[in-house]
Amino acid sequence: MGRLKPLMVRQPRIFWRKNYIFIVAFALLLALPFIFTARFQHHVMIKVLMFAFLGCAWNIIGGYTGQVALGHAAFFGIGAYTSSLCYIWFGLNPWFGMLLGGVLAVAVSAGINYPCFRLHGRYFAIATLALGMIIRLLFTNWRLVGGALGVRLPLLPESLWNFQFHTTKLPYYYITLVFCALIFALLYKIERSKLGFYLRAIKESEEAAKSLGIDVAKYKLVAMSISVFFTAMAGTIYAQYVLYIDPISLMPLMTSILICVVPVVGGAGTLWGPALGAPILMVAIEYSRAWLGGGGRGVDYMIVGAIMVAIIFRPAGLISFFQGPRFRQWWKRIRG
Amino acid sequence: MLWGAIYALVAVGLSLIWGVMGVLNLAHGDFLMLGMFGAYWLATLLGIDPLIGLLIVAPAMFLLALGIHKSLITRVIKAPRLTALLATFGLGIFLRNLAHFLWTADYRLIGNTLVGDRVITVSILGGTNFISVPKLLAAGGSLATTALLYWFIKHTKTGRALQATAMNRQAAALMGIDTERMYMLAYSLGIACVSVAGVLLTNFFIIFPEVGVMFVLYALVAVTIGGFGSIQGALVGGLIIGLIESIGGFVGIPALKQALVFAVFVIVVVLRPQGLFGWAD
Repeated sequence: MGRLKPLMVRQPRIFWRKNYIFIVAFALLLALPFIFTARFQHHVMIKVLMFAFLGCAWNIIGGYTGQVALGHAAFFGIGAYTSSLCYIWFGLNPWFGMLLGGVLAVAVSAGINYPCFRLHGRYFAIATLALGMIIRLLFTNWRLVGGALGVRLPLLPESLWNFQFHTTKLPYYYITLVFCALIFALLYKIERSKLGFYLRAIKESEEAAKSLGIDVAKYKLVAMSISVFFTAMAGTIYAQYVLYIDPISLMPLMTSILICVVPVVGGAGTLWGPALGAPILMVAIEYSRAWLGGGGRGVDYMIVGAIMVAIIFRPAGLISFFQGPRFRQWWKRIRG
Repeated sequence: MLWGAIYALVAVGLSLIWGVMGVLNLAHGDFLMLGMFGAYWLATLLGIDPLIGLLIVAPAMFLLALGIHKSLITRVIKAPRLTALLATFGLGIFLRNLAHFLWTADYRLIGNTLVGDRVITVSILGGTNFISVPKLLAAGGSLATTALLYWFIKHTKTGRALQATAMNRQAAALMGIDTERMYMLAYSLGIACVSVAGVLLTNFFIIFPEVGVMFVLYALVAVTIGGFGSIQGALVGGLIIGLIESIGGFVGIPALKQALVFAVFVIVVVLRPQGLFGWAD
């Protein structure tokens, strides 16, 4: 990029120089559906964005705070169920149902996760995993919410207000993109705020954080609540996208694992981690399923398993390739 | 009730690996699945009964575990916690879906085994109870294997070396124990245990790629209830789960008995994270 004209006012120039990566990335994502136009490609892109969003949400508790929660699929499900059932029972618009689902997920998570905050490391991971399983089993056997059969959303004329689009997948893509941009901005803010420092302090050492006067349990709860709120929102988007929800496809263990693996592959606790991990994982999964899958032969998850094993060779995630001194030098040379 | 003994054997292997190496082997259930498939193929292709196949499958799994340890787990031990957790989980997912790929998701059952569908009739308290021989055999075999492992660890020289490595790796190394080999032994023994459980299961239980998932979760629960790293704890934990399951299935809704097991687990973990027989992490 050459020198900017001296006549230009100072403010936008700084804004551009500080944020040009975000702006370029966002513009690229806006244009992407017109470069790849097939319906399946749109589906893959929606999946990528959705898991980037979920990964960002998980990153708050799992990445920044270092509390590896492995039950997020349950909250994803709670979000999907709340908005869908509220629409069917009370005619509540899904946009409000989305917020309600988020609030409900926060309430549930506060109730069941708070006692787990005393646990460390692996114990916390396994406890959240078990809680996720319990919630799934409850939904599977709960007649009132459709049990194992699930819920089918009624078809409505397509509009943004109804949150349903039938002729094209594009609106779903853009809605998810907007949500991704929002959570990205939020994480950017959190990273630089007091809260972000508190959370990272908890990750580094709970005892040290406590001795510095940080209320560890409170901030874990705050991080978990933010994380779960957005996870539930993604659940609503998913429900409106698929228009059919059931506990088996919505809350399997695999979804919880994927929500966690996406940011870890990219780099847990970093802003760009989920954005790097999601395309790699979701494109690999969706395309291997489409090309080689045929009849649920499991190639897609074999790849996921192999990627998860491969993380031990690069524990800091893919982002670490962009953080070394050699990359910085190269980048400086490119920018001139 | 008899299930408890099988859960216990799965849990014992998990607990051994955790206790000695500090690695949570989340791929454990999938080794169980591999053991089951091993017995299945021996029975279908070569006509070897699972009870005899046990003598082939367990050593084979021991060797497989050696290989996996050499190539992968040595790295996992050194990796940060989160990555280590995900790596063993990933290994499990990989094995599970490899089985999907190779052998499809069909449910399989071995027919015409030695113990077959035999049933013993016992009358307790005036009522007649039917106990299936394969289940009884699996439970008995599991308990026997657990006892054997316990004896090995407590009363042989190698077993003592294992214990020493579990307590303090550096100190054990200073005493002249090859801790690297102990790690290998612990991992392979743990896998051999779970494959024994798998083979014993094939006499009456369906074989399919996802079979391990429930077992590994139950083993985790058992190990946590009993205390990580404790053999007797894992045994008691497994038996408790069997009990909870049978009571839960009897009293409440059968479909929710799994949820009940996990609920008990969460309560134990919150109230006493170190488990009944364990020490704090």
